Amino acid sequence: MLIARNIHVTLGSKEILHGVSASFAPAQLSVIVGPNGSGKTTLLRALTAETAFDGQITLNGHDITQTPAWKLASMRAVLPQSTVLAFPFTVAEVVRLGQMGGIGAGGPDRTFDALHRVGLQGYASRFYSDLSGGEQQRVQLARVLLQVWQPISTNGAPRWLILDEPVSSLDIGHQLLVMQIARDFADQGGGVVAVMHDLNLSAMFADHMILMRNGQITAQGLVREVLVDDHLSHAYGCPLRVGVAPPDQSTFILPQMAGARA
Amino acid sequence: MVAFPDNIAPRRAIAVRVRSVLWVALLACCVLSLTTGATGVTLWDALVAAVTPAELPLAAKVVLWDIRLPRMLMAIVVGAALAVSGAVMQGLFRNPLADPGIVGVSAGAGTGAVIAIVLGSALPFGLASALGPWLVPLAAALGAWGTIMVLYAIATRRGVTTIATLLLAGIAISALAGALSGVLIYAADDTQLRDLTFWGLGSLAGATWTKLMAAAPLMIAGLLCARPLARGLNGLALGEAAAYHIGLPVQRLKRLAILSTAAATGAAVAVSGGIGFVGIVVPHLLRLISGPDHEELLPNAALLGASLLLLADLISRVIVAPAELPIGIITATLGGPFFLWLLLRGRALMGG
Repeated sequence: MLIARNIHVTLGSKEILHGVSASFAPAQLSVIVGPNGSGKTTLLRALTAETAFDGQITLNGHDITQTPAWKLASMRAVLPQSTVLAFPFTVAEVVRLGQMGGIGAGGPDRTFDALHRVGLQGYASRFYSDLSGGEQQRVQLARVLLQVWQPISTNGAPRWLILDEPVSSLDIGHQLLVMQIARDFADQGGGVVAVMHDLNLSAMFADHMILMRNGQITAQGLVREVLVDDHLSHAYGCPLRVGVAPPDQSTFILPQMAGARA
Repeated sequence: MVAFPDNIAPRRAIAVRVRSVLWVALLACCVLSLTTGATGVTLWDALVAAVTPAELPLAAKVVLWDIRLPRMLMAIVVGAALAVSGAVMQGLFRNPLADPGIVGVSAGAGTGAVIAIVLGSALPFGLASALGPWLVPLAAALGAWGTIMVLYAIATRRGVTTIATLLLAGIAISALAGALSGVLIYAADDTQLRDLTFWGLGSLAGATWTKLMAAAPLMIAGLLCARPLARGLNGLALGEAAAYHIGLPVQRLKRLAILSTAAATGAAVAVSGGIGFVGIVVPHLLRLISGPDHEELLPNAALLGASLLLLADLISRVIVAPAELPIGIITATLGGPFFLWLLLRGRALMGG
């Protein structure tokens, strides 16, 4: 489990998160949604111990502020929104950095498997800086996947993928590919926590949803419990309507329906 | 040997091949350096003297063992120290323009050295005499360390370094360090001025065994510290947060990188003055040839830096023989245009 209890984060003189408590289960794809500035990314940074916070966060029972970096790295991998490299590394060299931490080191080289997984086979010897933003994002995903290649560790503990807007710079085909990779990781027993902007992709792939507004959680639970007109309209500050598509009752939100009354 | 996939192998293999070439080059430069000079003594004379009963004349002995050999060794350690410090600083600041000379670290080290020369005798508890010849290199290393800490605090926010801030802060720090040195030189007495002048000549000409023994341990310590940083610096290229997420002890890594650069640059400046551009030219050339992987880059940089400085020293000795040109002029003449070319070539590399 990844459990956050009463998290407060202050940046400068402004408190960004006001006592957030949430828990994330393994074998589930959890998404954090909410308007700009609602504290989604800050919560994610707290969950990865990237930013200082008050409160307590445990990952598989380990207090993350007391756990050394190498041990955390063997339990979870983190995909940043975007990564600019200082030097002309090739794609393969970047992906291999995912294997330098504890678990993958010394094991078989899975660079090519990881690149294949994100649809970038044949890119290995290209320069990272020559790729488009979306391709770079997928290279980083391959690196992150390589770090937690097995969703469940040898002692049975789940591993975690923590993704900060993993599809923000991708076209729709690759959005589906990346969401499916996250879905598969959860289906194999690992835990996935993703900050998302796209409510429809979230509705389509996620099990668990956290809706944030002004540094607090306004709703959390199953996707169909959270994605309802009242919650969304309140959180985003504009009237929104949730629709249901006929074949399998999947949820969708169309911007054209904003403000429309049933 | 682990089988690397074929796309990674080339750059690694090239780096390994480059390393053997560099070893040969270093050896050749060493021989050249020992056999060239204002007097006619050649290594051959010495070798002949060693195997035949004929004694080498005293003058020739002195030239070889007390002048050329320490000078050669000094060029090797200083060159290696400057090149590796450059590579480590570039890795630390995640920017290919970070060079101890350009961002003011050498100036800070210089001020440390000047302070030690002028105010050293005022140290309490006979510290100055206890440290003896180590005082100036240590003070220079402290000066370099202080400068890097200040630079880091100014130019890096949340793990992101802005190159503009870094370079501007470097200019300001260089100016401040220069002003402080100026005040101290103004206040210095005649003996100290003499020491300062000799120190400020900034060449390897004054290399003696005493100086070498005082400064080389610090530089070698800095180089040894840099070796285990290689993997960490590769990870740091992703940014500090991502480096932490892949399991690197980022804070310790940064501290060690700063200490390593401070010791190596400080001691190098203390014995050789400001020899510029080695720290930027060498790592950059090697990155062009065999990629930015620090595990290959750092040892290769040490070798190329040493060879380059030996060569520059050689040029400085023969070009206006029997007089000498300060070595800083040679490296600046070679490095300045290279730096400009670097600026014009890849804006993408500079991070905008």
